[in-house]
Amino acid sequence: MKNKIIGNINSLINVIEKKKTVKYSVYAAALLIMFLIPKIGLPMFMVRILTMIGMYVILSLSLNLITGYTGQVSIGHAGFCAIGAYTSALISLNFGLNFFITALLGALVAGIFGLLLGLPTLRLSGTYLTIATLGFGEVIRMVILNWESLTNGPLGITKIQRPVFFGIELTSLNGGLFYLVWVLVFITTVIIYRIIRSKMGRALMAIREDELVATLMGIKTTNLKVYAFIISAFFAGLGGSFYAHMIRYIDPNTFTFDTSIMIISIVIFGGMGTIRGMFLGSALLISFPEALRFLQEYRFVVFGLILVLMIRYRPQGILGGQSKRDYKMPEGVNLDSIMKEG
Amino acid sequence: MKKPKGGDTLLFQQIFDGLTLGMVYALIAVGYSLVFGILRLVNFSHGSVYAFGAHIALVVAVSMQWGIFPALLISIIATGFLGILIDKLSLKPLREKKSKPIAALITTIGVSYIIQNLLMIIFGSQSKWFPKIFNYGIIKLGSISVNSTQLFIFLVSLLLLIILTVIIQKTKVGLAMRAVEQNPKAAHLMGINVNYIVSFTFFLGGASAAIAGTLISGYYQVVYPNMGFIAGLKAFSAAVLGGIGVLYGSVIGGLVVGLSESFAVSYFGGGYRDAVAFVILILVLIIRPKGIFGKKDITKV
Repeated sequence: MKNKIIGNINSLINVIEKKKTVKYSVYAAALLIMFLIPKIGLPMFMVRILTMIGMYVILSLSLNLITGYTGQVSIGHAGFCAIGAYTSALISLNFGLNFFITALLGALVAGIFGLLLGLPTLRLSGTYLTIATLGFGEVIRMVILNWESLTNGPLGITKIQRPVFFGIELTSLNGGLFYLVWVLVFITTVIIYRIIRSKMGRALMAIREDELVATLMGIKTTNLKVYAFIISAFFAGLGGSFYAHMIRYIDPNTFTFDTSIMIISIVIFGGMGTIRGMFLGSALLISFPEALRFLQEYRFVVFGLILVLMIRYRPQGILGGQSKRDYKMPEGVNLDSIMKEG
Repeated sequence: MKKPKGGDTLLFQQIFDGLTLGMVYALIAVGYSLVFGILRLVNFSHGSVYAFGAHIALVVAVSMQWGIFPALLISIIATGFLGILIDKLSLKPLREKKSKPIAALITTIGVSYIIQNLLMIIFGSQSKWFPKIFNYGIIKLGSISVNSTQLFIFLVSLLLLIILTVIIQKTKVGLAMRAVEQNPKAAHLMGINVNYIVSFTFFLGGASAAIAGTLISGYYQVVYPNMGFIAGLKAFSAAVLGGIGVLYGSVIGGLVVGLSESFAVSYFGGGYRDAVAFVILILVLIIRPKGIFGKKDITKV
């Protein structure tokens, strides 16, 4: 039943992608719908959730570049969001620059931190990178908490400027934030898509499939992993900046390990190495806590279960495993192959 | 920078604080090391297993008022079985499917998160009081005086690490463990029940984490669901520093991390207490990824 539905969705997507006229009309319709959403008088909380979904699409796309396409697991992604958010908020408060400049700066600073973290750790196997990212996320939180002269410590930063676009303040009320985030999603998607379809993207996927063989084929694996890490951190910082200017308040507990787990759950759930999976994953996993209030307490347990069960029963994710680019987690040969009790 | 005052006694106190902490970290680190040795897998759920052990001890010692030794015992057994359960339910199926390492990695992250949040739902996220253990006041050793709690924690950890070493070096099970570590396939062909050995390893890891959890709870006198997060990170740093998969390496690594932490607290203040282990980890990864005593090369591409 489930597979049938997924099969139907995929055949539909295939039809859409095959015929150009169909393809463009679908895109146009989607754009129109996106444009109308804030205008048709949906309840405010729905527009807010749709905005949040947009932010998580950016974050999961950024993590997907590392995890889904390069095969490296990062669970400190919230650290980059926090760097982006704080950089952007502090610059905008102290220098009064526009959101579009501060968000870019926040993303750039996050990218620099991605380089700093990536250089020492990416020479090693994936597990060490994972632990390092975990520690990194925690250290960032500690620094933000303790460096009070800069970050205002545990009190956080309040009254962050709203994004202003040609003199119009973008708020949830006038739908500005919704448009803004989806424009950012569009830009992120296009850039990530172009990277994946480029020579670099193919090299990243080669690393994912087999790092040793990739090296033998002349791919500079360490450099490429570092590049992927920088780009990923950049977009995570962008997402964080947006969040800071949307909620207008950040503190050291805004981006925690929970955020990192949510992002990685979206990536695994939607399908590692797919772009459409990130949209579906964000839509489902961000709206389900809202829809299922009674599950509120168990929300994070569900995220944990998603990780465990998806990896076991459908490692390619909901929408994964369709094209060559998707991560299929092929069954490798490993030492435990003998362990089956016959 | 605050210079600590008090001269030699304070210096000694700092060293002793560090050693005590370090021994407990070593106990947790052993769990990482054992599992890594056999499965070549960093068990991310280990930190939450440690928190689970502390909570079991809390239930037995505080809610049921049975005292500390029954608490320790029950916690060891329950947590050891939790370790086995984690392996049987989440990791064994992946081994049978011959999944890639990344699958096991993500699975253990998920398991850790499930355990941590279930603890939070059952016990609430606030910190809970835990009785001070081995509290016999101050013990005088010649001219120096040491806190009895610390001394006993140190001794208990040392004793357990010795017991673990004896198990691994001198018993038949230990021999089988070392054989599996060398080559699972060959061990299997020699008639060793590899799955049993893996379960036993997880049990040992869980048990030592439970002891560490109980000791640390009795030292700081608080228990909370997220306690395993940072402790796990520190212990992992210790394991990597000593060379993951090497037992005595974990002990040395634990002591170094504990001492660094103790000195960092007195020089930089408590705010950066937890950052030290991470800095050590990064430095080790840059300078010597296989650690001080590491025999096995970490796959470097």
